[in-house]
Amino acid sequence: AADIISTVEFNHTGELLATGDKGGRVVIFQREPESKNEPYNQGEYNVYSTFQSHEPEFDYLKSLEIEEKINKIKWLPQQNAAHSLLSTNDKTIKLWKITERDKRPEGYNLKDEEGKLKDLSTVTSLQVPVLKPMDLMVEVTPRRIFANGHTYHVNSISVNSDCETYMSADDLRINLWHLAITDRSFNIVDIKPANMEDLTEVITASEFHPHHCNLFVYSSSKGSLRLCDMRASALCDKHSKLYEEPEDPSNRSFFSEIISSVSDVKFSHSGRYMLTRDYLTVKVWDLNMETKPVETYQVHDYLRSKLCSLYENDCIFDKFECAWNGSDSVIMTGAYNNFFRMFDRNTKRDVTLEASRESSKPRAILKPRRVCVGGKRRKDDISVDSLDFTKKILHTAWHPTENIIAIAATNNLYIFQDKVNSEMH
Amino acid sequence: MFVRGLKRKCFDGEEDIEGTLAGIKAIPSYNLQRQSLLDMSLVKLQLCHMLVEPNLCRSVLIANTVRQIQEEMTQDGTWQMINTQSTGQASLDRLVSTDILCRSSRDQAEGKHGPAYGTFSKDFESDQAQDSSETMSTASAVQTPRNLQSNVWEMESPQENKGNFQKSLDQIFETLENKSPNTVEDLFSEVDNSYYDLDTMLTGMMSNTKMGHCDSLETFSSPTNTAPNSNCKSDLNDLDHIVEILVES
Repeated sequence: AADIISTVEFNHTGELLATGDKGGRVVIFQREPESKNEPYNQGEYNVYSTFQSHEPEFDYLKSLEIEEKINKIKWLPQQNAAHSLLSTNDKTIKLWKITERDKRPEGYNLKDEEGKLKDLSTVTSLQVPVLKPMDLMVEVTPRRIFANGHTYHVNSISVNSDCETYMSADDLRINLWHLAITDRSFNIVDIKPANMEDLTEVITASEFHPHHCNLFVYSSSKGSLRLCDMRASALCDKHSKLYEEPEDPSNRSFFSEIISSVSDVKFSHSGRYMLTRDYLTVKVWDLNMETKPVETYQVHDYLRSKLCSLYENDCIFDKFECAWNGSDSVIMTGAYNNFFRMFDRNTKRDVTLEASRESSKPRAILKPRRVCVGGKRRKDDISVDSLDFTKKILHTAWHPTENIIAIAATNNLYIFQDKVNSEMH
Repeated sequence: MFVRGLKRKCFDGEEDIEGTLAGIKAIPSYNLQRQSLLDMSLVKLQLCHMLVEPNLCRSVLIANTVRQIQEEMTQDGTWQMINTQSTGQASLDRLVSTDILCRSSRDQAEGKHGPAYGTFSKDFESDQAQDSSETMSTASAVQTPRNLQSNVWEMESPQENKGNFQKSLDQIFETLENKSPNTVEDLFSEVDNSYYDLDTMLTGMMSNTKMGHCDSLETFSSPTNTAPNSNCKSDLNDLDHIVEILVES
């Protein structure tokens, strides 16, 4: 189970794709450059580098294990030849630098080719070492370790548009770090009550605004979003804006709060909207409208009558992520049975697709799937009762500019590309 | 919130409630399901994974659900009804023995009745310390409320019990508070001394903790209890694992 993928993230150009897993490893894929010689090998992703990011730890004071599972990876914008990313487990965030080496110096004066010291009596003249090409080597080094910043479990990290700071959020607090400083961080949100007995709400996700370096949003287990402005005060406990949809009284049940808990929040590329995922829906929020989302899409409403069973088997607590496409016109999220869903905001059409070996041969077109809820059943439909709830697609990512998506299905990574057209069918 | 006689939402395998059936027939099955949801939630809160810190979000959501159920049950006034039904199932001997186990010394000093929820919470304060005797006492405490309440409810108002229950839920989160002390002094200063008396008593009683745990669960189970022995087994496996770690380190 150590290779269950726990996070997926494209870098800013889409050239690299990073995955983190339960065993603390990070695997980076690189897109092959498209070549006219091999038109069918266009832009495939191959393994570029693998490294162990986090190790399991034991907190002796609390007698508890600290899992090495990578919760989130975020790429830093590339500023030189090297790539950098942040990876985090429950407690510690690490900055990794990824560099390539494709040349090495040859012709040292004191050492021979194998690195052994030369017999000095054989050295009769001085030479200048020259750089000669070698097989590409990818080196990954830990550059910073941001430890001891969190008492609770880190659920999100987000790099600021200023490229100098980033934030990390746990269940009750959000910290602001400077990328170059590891021994201290600023606490910018603290929702821990003075008396833990009064705790009824936790932070579930948070993200910086893509353009305004002073703005960030965080979501809660009660289904609310809070937009905060760091210019307003040092401690952003008072939100600038609170986004909350009033509860629908006709759908009220004991599970209402649980299914309203926001599992993921993502700003649109434009910065004008936010996308949230709760248990049964994805919602698009306009930053200017706090009273309700502007769009709501049902991911798998047929589960509404199964909430008690899903509560019993803990599936109701599954945290699904959501993603925008590059132009913010399509949104995507995962579901059960290795299904994932896409919603076109313009045409209002949606599709259900499956990530599985059986249905995905190379260059085959994915067939839309359907879940039937009784009534007429078409061929190839899946009934609600035969859905496999152990096959959940929690982590998905969309290439920043092209129609390429990465889907993590337990311990398999699927990468789908849409070459023909980008219209939903 | 829920009108009697209307079809319930969001319970699986909903029975068809004919329009002709009076609300009276609908109430017991709804209450039974609600009760089983409450039981399930309480079990979920207990079964924090021993090795890794429990998911706080999940715990908070479950605790909020439990509060909701309890509030509704209090409003309905069905809390009394449920508990009078289960009175006959518990023997007096068992009631007395669990009463002693669950009374904290503080409650005894104050001469309070209805100790169940108060000590239920105290057990929770150290449930993270992975002591099997605590697990056993927690499990028994879950069963006792309904048994004890049958005597207690006639004396106390629902309001007070709501407060006790609320307190017990709230103190689940104190566990986490208490679990992150900055200094060793903090670690011990926050420990409630009355608990140690209970602890000593329990460890004294439990010669073979593994067997004791399972036996006690079976002894205290009531018909409506849904806590399976499989939960007990997972706790035992965790206990083995912890012992392994302690031995190795």
